[in-house]
Amino acid sequence: MDFLLVQFLTGLANASALFLIASGLTVIFGVTRVVNFAHGSFYMLGAYLAWTIVRALWEWGGREPWLFVSGLLLAALAVGAIGALVEMILLRRIYRAPELFQLLATFGVVLIVQDVTLALWGPEDLPLPRPRWLRAFVEVAGERFPLYDLILIFVGPVVLGLLWLLFQRTRFGILVRAATQDREMVAALGVDQRALFTGVFFLGSALAGLGGAIVLPSQNANLQMDLAIIAEAFVVVVVGGMGSVPGAFLASLLIAEVQAFGIVLVPKATLVLVFLVMAAVLMVRPYGLLGRPQAHARAPTGSVAPVIRAAPGVLKIAGAIALALAAAAPLYAGPYALTVLIELVVFILFAASLHLLMGPGGVVSFGHAAYFGLGAYGAALGVRFLAVPMEAGLVLAPLLAGLFGVVFGWFVVRLSGVYLAMLTLAFAQIVWAAAFQWVELTGGDNGILGVWPSPWARDKALFLWLALVLCLGATLLLRRAIYAPFGYALRAARDSELRAEAIGLDAARLRLVAFVLAAVAAGIAGGVYAYAKGSVFPTYISIPKSVDALLMVLLGGVQTVSGPIVGAVAFHGLFLTLLQWVEWWRAALGLAIVALVLAFPEGIAGFVQRRWEARFGAAS
Amino acid sequence: MSSIAPVLEARGLVKRFGGVVAVDQVSLSLRAGEMLALIGPNGAGKSTCFNLLNGQLRADAGEILLEGRSLAGLPPRAIWRLGVGRTFQITATFASMTVRENVQVALLSHHRRIWRFWRAARHAFVAEAEALLDQVGMREQADRPCGVLAYGDLKRVELAIALANAPKLLLMDEPTAGMAPAERIALMELTRRLVRERGIACLFTEHDMDVVFGHADRILVMNRGRLIAEGDAAAVRADPAVREVYLGSGTTSGGH
Ligand SMILES: Nc1ncnc2c1ncn2[C@@H]1O[C@H](COP(=O)(O)OP(=O)(O)OP(=O)(O)O)[C@@H](O)[C@H]1O
Ligand SMILES: [Mg+2]
Repeated sequence: MDFLLVQFLTGLANASALFLIASGLTVIFGVTRVVNFAHGSFYMLGAYLAWTIVRALWEWGGREPWLFVSGLLLAALAVGAIGALVEMILLRRIYRAPELFQLLATFGVVLIVQDVTLALWGPEDLPLPRPRWLRAFVEVAGERFPLYDLILIFVGPVVLGLLWLLFQRTRFGILVRAATQDREMVAALGVDQRALFTGVFFLGSALAGLGGAIVLPSQNANLQMDLAIIAEAFVVVVVGGMGSVPGAFLASLLIAEVQAFGIVLVPKATLVLVFLVMAAVLMVRPYGLLGRPQAHARAPTGSVAPVIRAAPGVLKIAGAIALALAAAAPLYAGPYALTVLIELVVFILFAASLHLLMGPGGVVSFGHAAYFGLGAYGAALGVRFLAVPMEAGLVLAPLLAGLFGVVFGWFVVRLSGVYLAMLTLAFAQIVWAAAFQWVELTGGDNGILGVWPSPWARDKALFLWLALVLCLGATLLLRRAIYAPFGYALRAARDSELRAEAIGLDAARLRLVAFVLAAVAAGIAGGVYAYAKGSVFPTYISIPKSVDALLMVLLGGVQTVSGPIVGAVAFHGLFLTLLQWVEWWRAALGLAIVALVLAFPEGIAGFVQRRWEARFGAAS
Repeated sequence: MSSIAPVLEARGLVKRFGGVVAVDQVSLSLRAGEMLALIGPNGAGKSTCFNLLNGQLRADAGEILLEGRSLAGLPPRAIWRLGVGRTFQITATFASMTVRENVQVALLSHHRRIWRFWRAARHAFVAEAEALLDQVGMREQADRPCGVLAYGDLKRVELAIALANAPKLLLMDEPTAGMAPAERIALMELTRRLVRERGIACLFTEHDMDVVFGHADRILVMNRGRLIAEGDAAAVRADPAVREVYLGSGTTSGGH
C-alpha cells in the first residue's frame, strides 16, 4: 500500500515536467497550427543550459537553493529566446506551406540543435552536482521520498494556474485563446499576428526549457533527450486534445501515472502501455480528452492536388535507361557502389509505399518505419527462431508488416488530420518499444545478427538483381495501382469523401487497403534491407527512420507519381555525401532540409513538373 | 404494382440539431417521371431533407421507403447502390481529376470495377462518360481539371456524375445556382426530358422561382422545418400561407 502511494507520488512528480513541455507544445500548436518537432530540442537545450548556468551561479555564490531556482528560470528564458529566434528566422516564412513541410522544417531544426549541442557540450552525459539539500528525503507513509520530487509535484499545478491567469487576465492571453479558436478571425481583427506568433513561440519554448531544466537533478543532460521526450509530449498533447492546456494537464497526469505503475506491473512494456492508452483514448474521443474538432482545420497535404497524368515519354525512357544502368552496375562499379545501389533501391520502395498513403490516399503517416522495421524483423525472427532460408524470410517480411498494417490501419483510417498522424506515430513507437524492450525476442538494442542471404545470392551482383526485381517490381506495381481504378477511387475519397460516399465508394475501406498495401511494400523493403545488412536493429523503426521516409516523399513531391523515386535518390545521395564529407553531417542535413523546404515547397519533382508544364504544356 | 407505387415515400421525418428542429414531420411521396420541387426560404430545412433521404443524416423519427424498401440505417453509399443519385448545394467533385475522370470514377463504381489494381482507369468507360458529359453539355471540357471549373459547370458535372448509375431517384439541391438564366432553363429542360424519358423520380430545390414554376410538376413549400403547402404552380402561388412566408422577401416570380 505504502509502496503504491510512493509510486503514485513519483507519477505526480513526473507529470509536472511532462505537463510543462506538453503545455508549451499545445499552446504553439493551438495558435500557429505548427506541429513542432523541435519542441523536444528546446527541452534538451533547457537541460543543458540549466546545467551550465546553475553551475556558473553556484561557482559564484555557493550552492544555494535560490541560485539553483534562478538558474532554472534563466535557462527557461534563454530557451524561450531561442524559440522566438527560430520562429522569426524560419517558421515565419512557412506558415502558409503545407503542414508537413512545417513539420519537416522543424525536424531540420532538431538535427541542427543536436549537432550544436554536441559541439558545445560534448558527447558525454552531464550530471548536475547535487548538494545535500537536493538529496534530502522526506518520510511518506514510512517510505523515503525525495524532497525535490515532492516540490516538483506542485510545479505542474502552479504553472497551470499561472497559465490560466495569463490566458484570462492579459491581452496577450486573450489573443492566444482567440487565435486557438479561430485564427482567421483574429487576423481579421487586425491583430499583429507576427508579434503574437513570436510571443507564443517564446512562451512555449520557455515552458519546454523549464521542463528540461527541472528534470536535471534527477536525470543527466544527454543527447537523446530530444526525441525521447517529443514522442511522449505528442502523446500527452494528443490525449489531452491539441490546443487545450487543461487537457494537457489531465493527460500528463494520466500518462505519468500509467508510466509509474507500468514500471511495476509490466516493466518490459511501459512504452507499449503508454501508446496503447493513447490509442484507446483516441478511439473513444477522436479529438482527445478536451479537444475540439476544429483543432485541425486544414487538409493534411495543403492545397488542391493537381491532376495526375500519364508520365511523358521522355520520363519513361529516362527511367528505362536508369534501370538498365543500375542492372549493369556490377560490370562497371565496385562493391561499395553496389552496396549503395542496393540501399537506394530499398529506399525507393520504402518511399513509394509511403507515397501511396500520403499522395493518393491523403493519409499522412508519421510512423511508416514501423512497417519497414516489421519487415526487417519478420525476416530476422524467421532466421533466429525458425532458421528459415532467405526465400522464406522474404515472404515472412511482408507478411508480418501486412498483418500489423491490417490491425493498425483499422484504427488509423478512422481518424483524420494531425490526430491520425499522431496515432501512426504512436503505433510505430509501440513496435519500436517492443523491439527495444523485449530483449528475449528481439535482442533489444543489440538487434539480431546473422541475417544472411542464401548462398546463391551472396554475390553482390546477384543480390543487387534480386533487390532490383523485388523492390523496383513492387514500386512499379504500386505505380500501376495508382493509375488503376483503385488509385482513382482512393484519390476520390481524398478529394471529397462526401462525393465519394455518394457514388458508392467506401472511403474507410479504400484507405485501409492502401494502408495494408503500403505496409506490405514497406515490409518487402525492410526484408531486403535486413538481408543486405545482415542484421536488424530497433533504429530501423525509430522516429528518424520514419522522418527519412517523409523526407524522401516530400522532397520528391507528394503529388507526382515519380516523386518518391526522385526523392529517394536525392535524399540518399545527399545523406551519403554529407555522411562522407561533412563532420557535422547532422547539422548540414538539417540545414539542407530547411533550405529545401524554403526553396521547393512542392517538392523537387513537383517543381520540375510545374516548370515542364509551363514550358511544354501538360502531357496527355 | 410497382409501377403504380411511388418511387420514394417519406413519412413523418424529423431531424433536430440541438434545440433546432430542422425538419419537422415532413412527409412526401414521389412517382416515376415526376419533377417535385421543394422550396422555402433560407434555413427552411430543404438541404437537411435531402441529407436524410440519401442517408447522410439519420432521421430522429420517421421512415423512408424507396420502392417500398426501407432505407433506415443505410449509409449514403448503400443508398446510391439502390439507385439514388444526388447533387449537392455546395458542389462536391474530385478536384484532382479531369471532368471525364470524375464521371469515369462514378461509372467504375457503378459497374463495380473499383477494386482493380492493374489496368489503367483512363481507358475505362470512356464512351459512356463522354455520352453523359454530352448530355449535360460538358463534353468540350472533358479534359479540364474539375478544380478550375466555373461553378455552373461544376453543377453540370455533378449532374453527369449523378446520372452515372442510371438512378431511379434523383436528388438535386439547387442544381442551377451559379448559372446564367439561359443556362438554368436549358439545364432544367434537360433534366425534365431525362426524367420523362427514363422514368426517373426527381426531387429538387431551387431559389429561382422561374425555374420552379416552369419545371416542377408539383411543389412542396417548407418553412422552419414544416411543410406548409403543396400543389401545382398555380395553387402554390395562390396559397395565402406561402404568400405570407415569401411576401417582402421578393423571391417569388413577379412578386416585387
Ligand atoms: N449539421 C448541422 N448542424 C447544426 N445545425 C444545422 C446543420 N445543418 C443544418 N442545420 C440547421 O438546420 C436548419 C435547416 O438548414 P438547411 O440547410 O436544411 O436549410 P435549407 O433550407 O437548405 O437552406 P438554404 O436555402 O439556405 O440552403 C438551419 O437552421 C440550419 O442552421
Ligand atoms: Mg440548402
